[in-house]
Amino acid sequence: MNFDYSPEEETFRQEVRTWMEANAPRDPSGIATGMRIGKETQFAWEKKLASKGWLAYTWPAEFGGPGFTPVQRDIFDAERARAGAPSVIPFALMMLGPVLMKFGTPEQQKRFLPRIASAEQVWCQGYSEPGSGSDLASLKTQAVRQGDKYIVNGQKIWTTQAHWAHWIFCLVRTSGDGSKQQGISFLLMDMNTKGIEVRPIVTIDGHHHLNEVFFTDVEVPVENLVGVEGQGWTIAKYLLTHERTAIAGVGDSKRQLRWLSETVARDPALKDSPHARRRIAELEVDLLALEYTNLRTLDRMAKGHSPGPESSGLKIKGTELQQGISEAQLEFGGLQAMPWGQDVEGEPVYRAASTRYNFLRACTIYGGSNEIQKNVLAKVLIGL
Amino acid sequence: MDLSFTSEQEILQDSAVKFAQKGYSFDQYKKSLKAPGQCDPAIWKQVAEFGWLALAVPESAGGIGGSTLDIALVAEALGAGLVIEPFIAGAIFPAAIIAASESAGRQDALLGNLASGDAQLAVAYSERAGRFDPAQCTTIADKNAKGFVLSGEKICAFNAPNASHLIVSARNGSAVDLFLVPRETAGLSLTAYPVLGGGVAADVKLDGVQVDSDARLGDITALEAGLDKAIAVDCALALGGMKALFERTSAYLRTRKQFGVAIGTFQVLQHRVVDMFIELEQSRSLVLLATAKADSGDAVERRRAVSAAKAYVAKASKMVAQQAVQLHGGIGMTEELDVGHYFRQLTAFGTRFGDRDYHLDRFQAVAAA
Ligand SMILES: Cc1cc2nc3c(=O)[nH]c(=O)nc-3n(C[C@H](O)[C@H](O)[C@H](O)COP(=O)(O)OP(=O)(O)OC[C@H]3O[C@@H](n4cnc5c(N)ncnc54)[C@H](O)[C@@H]3O)c2cc1C
Repeated sequence: MNFDYSPEEETFRQEVRTWMEANAPRDPSGIATGMRIGKETQFAWEKKLASKGWLAYTWPAEFGGPGFTPVQRDIFDAERARAGAPSVIPFALMMLGPVLMKFGTPEQQKRFLPRIASAEQVWCQGYSEPGSGSDLASLKTQAVRQGDKYIVNGQKIWTTQAHWAHWIFCLVRTSGDGSKQQGISFLLMDMNTKGIEVRPIVTIDGHHHLNEVFFTDVEVPVENLVGVEGQGWTIAKYLLTHERTAIAGVGDSKRQLRWLSETVARDPALKDSPHARRRIAELEVDLLALEYTNLRTLDRMAKGHSPGPESSGLKIKGTELQQGISEAQLEFGGLQAMPWGQDVEGEPVYRAASTRYNFLRACTIYGGSNEIQKNVLAKVLIGL
Repeated sequence: MDLSFTSEQEILQDSAVKFAQKGYSFDQYKKSLKAPGQCDPAIWKQVAEFGWLALAVPESAGGIGGSTLDIALVAEALGAGLVIEPFIAGAIFPAAIIAASESAGRQDALLGNLASGDAQLAVAYSERAGRFDPAQCTTIADKNAKGFVLSGEKICAFNAPNASHLIVSARNGSAVDLFLVPRETAGLSLTAYPVLGGGVAADVKLDGVQVDSDARLGDITALEAGLDKAIAVDCALALGGMKALFERTSAYLRTRKQFGVAIGTFQVLQHRVVDMFIELEQSRSLVLLATAKADSGDAVERRRAVSAAKAYVAKASKMVAQQAVQLHGGIGMTEELDVGHYFRQLTAFGTRFGDRDYHLDRFQAVAAA
């Protein structure tokens, strides 16, 4: 057994690091500390990655990705985070891309994948509805086939970046027969189609990330159906297993924790505090456990196995840790983290802390709440 | 032992609860957020007319001179109602300092204005390097012929932008003393900002601020006594917010359906709500103890009870606030629902006037002494 990276992997890391250091966006408003990232900055960053061929860094070469190994992907993400650069908008790159590769027609693959990899097309994910969150399969948005079109009516909610997106992929109900899972289909829609309306939702960090998306008699060509009618649930489940490893957020947590300890080291009130030092050590140990669980999962995947049960803990532990770090940032910031909704002078980590702390409450809710993750895991472990 | 409230206290509590429930809707809260200094003058006037500001002013100065428990009963109702007007930072805290200071009796006019709602005050005692500790003070008071010259920097003086006068702590020789400084004094400048959870604050720069010799209110013991009273009352305010979140969350678990059933039927959520309730009640016990001891002449006893309450309630309110959002799912994350606003208010509570670590240290130091 050997935990060391191979010389090739180290060379790769160095290549990515050098590029990131030269190209990561420098933003005075403090992207790096986790404050809000504007649309222009995000899009420009994704274009830059695309021009290097690294935007779709999780994709195989045959579909226009760089064909990184699982370990290389992980190194890439760690270096991206280390440089303080924002992560890519995940919906097309991490979710839709793999779905089209497995379930899409060659035409769909040709039509969408190159545009996604080149940062031309930004997508959002239309799954959740007001009455269907954890119980996603109960969704009601309806697509009725009429000739070579579907007519879509209904509502999605919590749609991240729908106000930025050019396209949306949706789970819709195409049939009321059979089990509720059987009637679900996977449909792609151009956000410019008549009948789609986007309304903003402001979250408790004071920002606009989320939206409601309303569909009124929206006409969607049948060639925008992925897979066959009724296959939507299978596709959605495939997608979930696919996003498991990226979700641990090791790289970003490392970066946030490093920023915090650097800040504390120059904070006259905390640099000699045994509480602060110990708190950081605790978080570092937790992070190490997460990092190595993630590496074990990657090792399995590199050998062609599917992720084991240990990987189900990655989302739970990863999100708890993100919250734990933001809590420490807020608490160390103390009174310096109290200013709200107005930029004031001070340590960037402390200034961003309350916004981050508030927004990160969501990470144990989205992508399948931690309660739901535990239900799923309990079923497997207890076997009842 | 008798833990019941007097009939006067029950009436006081009743009127505060009614005001918070009927007179201060979520819409009013949003209106107050937009008001200058995040304080709606009409609401402040009502708060004054109820006599709640006068509770902090001694009878000798024309006030009511209520106990800390009296004030806490009002604060709990205000917390439950999401009232963001600066009841504690602008009135209770500074009034308690003045009442406990050597200058009590000399400031009756100012306290009268405070009780009538015509003036608000603020306390500028925190410094960056000193964190929460009022004794770590680098702002200097230099004695001269006219009085004192104050120089230094304070951070996060709650309510300072609304205040007619600031109470500033400064090092006078080897002692830390308190000075009353009109906000418009030359050399005093504020960087004002809204604060997390509502209200405003300012970082304060004192650049050779000349004050008269009778601007000196007293020494740090008055600040410590005032702080303890403010913290006990603030804990009651947080208790109100916790109770509101507990009630909203248990109601939501009864009505929100997923998988064809109320989500309150899921045992893991049931246990979470029970934990919230238990934390609420444990908190209440320590808050009552702190309010009872906050008026004690025995500073050791007072400090111990107040720091115990703050250390405990800071942890408990964090748990309650986090779980309230978690159990509401997506809707708990929105500005549209009041849950997230209580969440922010309780988050700010955990920090102001000293966080859990600070108060555990202080508790321990008292216990060891
Ligand atoms: C910031 C953010 C971004 C999001 N982005 C998107 C997006 O881009 N696209 C999209 O489609 N959706 C998105 N979502 C929606 C997200 O997936 C849902 O919020 C999530 O699935 C929970 O659904 P809900 O909000 O309806 O809560 P509910 O399902 O009503 O859950 C409420 C509470 O009950 C618990 N609960 C529910 N069922 C059970 C059970 N069986 N056992 C135990 N506990 C249970 C939950 O864990 C939660 O604590 C986003 C949400 C947030 C907050």
